[in-house]
Amino acid sequence: MKLTKLLKVALASVWSNKMRSFLTMLGIIIGISSVIVLVGMGEGTKKQISDQIEKLGTNLITVSITGNRTAAVTDEELKELKTKPGIKEIAPTLTQGNVNIKAGDKSDTTNLEASTPNYAEIRKIGVISGRFISQRDIDNRFKVAVIGTETATNIFSTTNVVGRTMYVNGIEFTIIGVLESQGSSAAGSSDDRIIIPLSTAQRLLKTTNIKTFYIEATSKDKVSEAMSYLQLFLNKKYKNDTRSYRVFDQTSLLETANATNESMTAMLGGIAAISLLVGGIGIMNIMLVSVVERTREIGIRKAIGAKRGIILLQFLIEAASISSLGGIIGVALGFLGAYGAEKFFKMTIVISNNIVLGAVLFSILVGIVFGIYPANKASKLNPIDALRFE
Amino acid sequence: MGQHKNEVINMKNISKVYNMGSNDFVALEDVNLSINKGEYVAIVGPSGAGKSTLMNIIGCLDTPTNGEYTLDGLNTKCSDSKLAEIRNCKIGFIFQNYNLLPKLNVLENVELPLLYLGLGSKKVREQALEALKRVGLETHLKHKPTELSGGQKQRVAIARALVTKPQIILADEPTGALDSKTGREVLDMIKELNKEGNTIVMITHDKEIAAEANRIITVKDGRITSDSWKEGEVAYEAD
Repeated sequence: MKLTKLLKVALASVWSNKMRSFLTMLGIIIGISSVIVLVGMGEGTKKQISDQIEKLGTNLITVSITGNRTAAVTDEELKELKTKPGIKEIAPTLTQGNVNIKAGDKSDTTNLEASTPNYAEIRKIGVISGRFISQRDIDNRFKVAVIGTETATNIFSTTNVVGRTMYVNGIEFTIIGVLESQGSSAAGSSDDRIIIPLSTAQRLLKTTNIKTFYIEATSKDKVSEAMSYLQLFLNKKYKNDTRSYRVFDQTSLLETANATNESMTAMLGGIAAISLLVGGIGIMNIMLVSVVERTREIGIRKAIGAKRGIILLQFLIEAASISSLGGIIGVALGFLGAYGAEKFFKMTIVISNNIVLGAVLFSILVGIVFGIYPANKASKLNPIDALRFE
Repeated sequence: MGQHKNEVINMKNISKVYNMGSNDFVALEDVNLSINKGEYVAIVGPSGAGKSTLMNIIGCLDTPTNGEYTLDGLNTKCSDSKLAEIRNCKIGFIFQNYNLLPKLNVLENVELPLLYLGLGSKKVREQALEALKRVGLETHLKHKPTELSGGQKQRVAIARALVTKPQIILADEPTGALDSKTGREVLDMIKELNKEGNTIVMITHDKEIAAEANRIITVKDGRITSDSWKEGEVAYEAD
């Protein structure tokens, strides 16, 4: 008996019990669609985070000196560090959260960052109008600021603010540029900030201690080389006390984020897989009922010459077609759910072809695995017992 | 020698014992039987005499506890799948309650044994149509069994039994569920099939119907008690 014929017989049987087949499929449909949506959400979050990290530059190394009593890094030390192989640029940075800014009668609080001109290149920041901080601003301690688009809108109601003035902690600053929008991340909006010259900030914040600096490696591949020289420097300066500083490079940050996300995705997938298991048990249950109901049919088929294998295959194909049909409907529903989540909840959902293929294959597998027991039971029926069955 | 060559069924010391808890139930005891090609045999006997058991063994639906059963030269002591093959191409079944598959239409029901035989779909269609034409139902191909009368259903079953051109046609009370007029038609058809050279083994409890056959075998208490040809000539008498 040909496989196509068997498939036709199985599908006809599924179709002739539409309602029951649908209810049986429901477990698989819910399982597969939730796998698609949940894993898609996980993947979407992963993509979002890695996009953000990559936007910041993958050859970026961030160094933070921790502890109030820890000695700060001096300009001379940074200059020397910059000459090491693999290190292209170093930008010492000061940051201060919650600074007050005021323009006209509007005021707000924002994050203040202070650095050197190379900060723009290292942190991949561009300006949409005006200019970034220059060496002249540093040398002369000019009270100038580059402003994020959101901050500009908050206090000026426009982003066309180059040349206007505002007050930062009561001191007047001239706006020289507006930053390119970078969107928001888990840490908050990167468009709500102002950047001023490092030297100006040192006076404003009354500190010369550089506790944070950014290093740009010459390329992505040179990150590890730059890291090793940095490590040497830090070991020497802090006498191997690793609690005095923290170093992040974007690649490891990316890896950490990915690992977190992957375990999250695996967890979501696992929960959805449980529902698939339940769906599979549902199929087994219904197939067992079906075998009993169709005992006579099995007897007739055997009497006219169906071998065990054919009966086994017939029931197995039936179970597999219920589950794979459920899988296909589940995938369609999953896409629909993903579309809805993107549209109405503004989520990023990434559905890869692999997960779709995997889901469909898995649903077929569920049908086969849970169909084996009932199919085997059907195939082992004794023809006379089956024919006598009323 | 010539007779032996024409022999389709040969049973030697066949017995069937059912294990029913502590005591065994002997359904058939020491049955010897030989049926030749082209015979029309009726097996009669009261209910519980063992004729159904005998029929099941002849039809390879069941296996004997002891003894040897040779069908068309083949020993039936073989694997399940071999037995399925024998049922498929050597035996055609006609049941009292038709045993058609309700979800398949007339044509599909008749095609089924050929599909299990593994023929190509074109040949399957051809032979099934031929068999249905033989029973005069080529006009009802797409009907479901539930849409047919009892007589028509039994004719579909006959077509299904015929379609693989089997060595024997086994009919178990073929008119049991039919009124006398349609029963007559079915019996006439079976008789005709016999005239065309088919070997027929029919089980019945009705003496009148048994009289249709050329040879009547009586089973009682698991034994063959008489075996007579129509001409009245007693060929074999068991003690």
